[in-house]
Amino acid sequence: MSEAMRKPETNGAPPVISVRGIDMVFLKKAPGVLDGLARRAGLPRPEPVGVHALDGVDLDVMKGEVVGLVGESGCGKSTLGRVIAGILDPTAGTFRFHGREMSEMSPQERYRAKVAVQMIFQDPFASLNPRKRVIDIIGEAPVVHGIVPKAEISDYVDEIMLKCGIDPAFKQRFPHQFSGGQRQRIGIARALAVKPQFLVCDESVAALDVSIQAQVINLFMDLRRDFDLTYLFISHDLGVVEHIADRVVIMYLGRVVETAPTAELYANPRHPYTQALLANMPRISTEKQAFGQIKGEIPSPLNPPSGCHFHPRCPFAFDRCVAERPRLITKAPGIAAACHLLEEAAR
Amino acid sequence: MSDVRGGAAQPTLVVEGLKTHFFTEAGVVKSVDGVDLSVSRGEILGLVGESGSGKSVTGFSILGLIDQPGRIVGGSVKLNGEELTTASPKRLRSLRGDRIAMIFQDPMMTLNPVLKIETQMIETLQAHIKIGHAEARARARDALGRVGIPSPEERLDSYPHQFSGGMRQRVAIAIALLHGPDLIIADEPTTALDVTIQAQILSEVQTLCRETGTALIWITHDLAIISGLADRVAVMYAGRIVETGAIAEVVSNPRHPYTYGLIGSVPSRNKRGQRLTQIPGMTPSFLSLPQGCAFAPRCPNADAKCLEMPELSPCPSAAHRARCFHPMPEGAEA
Repeated sequence: MSEAMRKPETNGAPPVISVRGIDMVFLKKAPGVLDGLARRAGLPRPEPVGVHALDGVDLDVMKGEVVGLVGESGCGKSTLGRVIAGILDPTAGTFRFHGREMSEMSPQERYRAKVAVQMIFQDPFASLNPRKRVIDIIGEAPVVHGIVPKAEISDYVDEIMLKCGIDPAFKQRFPHQFSGGQRQRIGIARALAVKPQFLVCDESVAALDVSIQAQVINLFMDLRRDFDLTYLFISHDLGVVEHIADRVVIMYLGRVVETAPTAELYANPRHPYTQALLANMPRISTEKQAFGQIKGEIPSPLNPPSGCHFHPRCPFAFDRCVAERPRLITKAPGIAAACHLLEEAAR
Repeated sequence: MSDVRGGAAQPTLVVEGLKTHFFTEAGVVKSVDGVDLSVSRGEILGLVGESGSGKSVTGFSILGLIDQPGRIVGGSVKLNGEELTTASPKRLRSLRGDRIAMIFQDPMMTLNPVLKIETQMIETLQAHIKIGHAEARARARDALGRVGIPSPEERLDSYPHQFSGGMRQRVAIAIALLHGPDLIIADEPTTALDVTIQAQILSEVQTLCRETGTALIWITHDLAIISGLADRVAVMYAGRIVETGAIAEVVSNPRHPYTYGLIGSVPSRNKRGQRLTQIPGMTPSFLSLPQGCAFAPRCPNADAKCLEMPELSPCPSAAHRARCFHPMPEGAEA
């Protein structure tokens, strides 16, 4: 891919997707009638217990850009993907599509904005309806959304299947007749069929074998060129993200801890968590790797540590980290990290 | 059987010509079809392959854990010189958990959800040696401490569901280590874990093997893990080993086109933004394996000669061997 292809053209246009201050709290138990009555009467009730899956997350994705979203289990990366894909409604925060807030849009515009953002899932076995034929899996949505007339759907599905590398002769088959890699291609074809501008790929290559994974990653890169797509690529695999993304966002327990252009982030990680992730990333080399520089486990998001969420595992933590939440500090355009050390160093 | 180390000491495990076939209604599935392996004291052997390459069945065959309709139909498995394929079930039972241990991908598979960790560990100890409860508990506690579980004394009284995924896998490793086995077979033990937790476990396993002299076979699909962990590697494809050698040698100079393609398909820094080398097609079904070399239909170098099965031959030396008539040129960067 040429250098020009990789550079997203901004030209001052607003980002395709822009979210600000997104909070997502999953309550353990939904508030009941009693809670409602008590609140109205001004009586104290116990605070509802909830998981703070996203805690004030900001994210911009420019047109044509591939943003890699990286983090370990429970960091909220999938939740953020689902919020952006419109599957979950956030507890708080604003969501702008091409610079316009969702709530300002007319119902028709909002509907179109939602169709323009599609999602590709991790498990190619669970994400396809086992009782539907491929032609219906791919062809149903474009007919429902009025993108393609019903009479032309068969040819349209052929075209999309070819683009995704599946033989259109198989369109009368059921999902169980395909291998994992082919099923993932069907999932991609289904998402592309409604002509989206933006794809959220949630661990979309994690379940595939290495050689099949390479085929699907290549497909993602071809489709980006052919359909002028923008991706939010969610993954725990730092190698895959390094390969495909233009910019990387690292999350830890519901917060963004660092964001930077890919080459910069991998060459010069600023947050201690990013440094630990990169040091522990298995890579093909001829030398033995020293693993395990980071101690401890990921804390439960039900009861996150105070201050900086990473401080119990951080080798550089000092008293301020326990008390105060670090802000995301912009070190250079497009490069930001949330760590008190950066502020102390700047002083 | 050539051993890379070429050491005078006898290897802990020697597998020769192992064949495990499954006799299904659809036909004979030759999951393992003539596998040779050896692993010595303190050595880590990586067994790499994609789904359906027969790598896990190889592991199960070594332990004699093949159920109907499968059967070991040929070859030999020797642990410290003792033949296991013809050993009695009673003898195998006394070896498993004592001299050979296995760690599985999902620790919930090895742990009983309704028993305390203490019960499960003491049971393992008492199955093989005569030992009192108090002494067994002390040994169990030490084993937990060795794999990095904080406050092992209290954790003995916990149930598996009270542990996180990484901690459960540590418990499974502690149980495998209880009797100081000569050989551990680990089947994708870190695949389900997060990067930082995986790294902790890899580092502990490395240290433990070095300290105790346990031989380890690490089965995985991830060449990157193996390249950082193992001493030697064996790459499997469709039930056979297609390339084997010292890890640095195989990674820097892959000779079999499959290994070459596999290394090329791993996304990494130097290939950023470029197309990944892709191996066309997919792994063949065991029920309809192509004639001769099973990789030939996906291979860029294949020709008429590949309709015969190549031998695992020195390429270039006896320490680095590949099963191919047309190996990649030496020094071909993947």
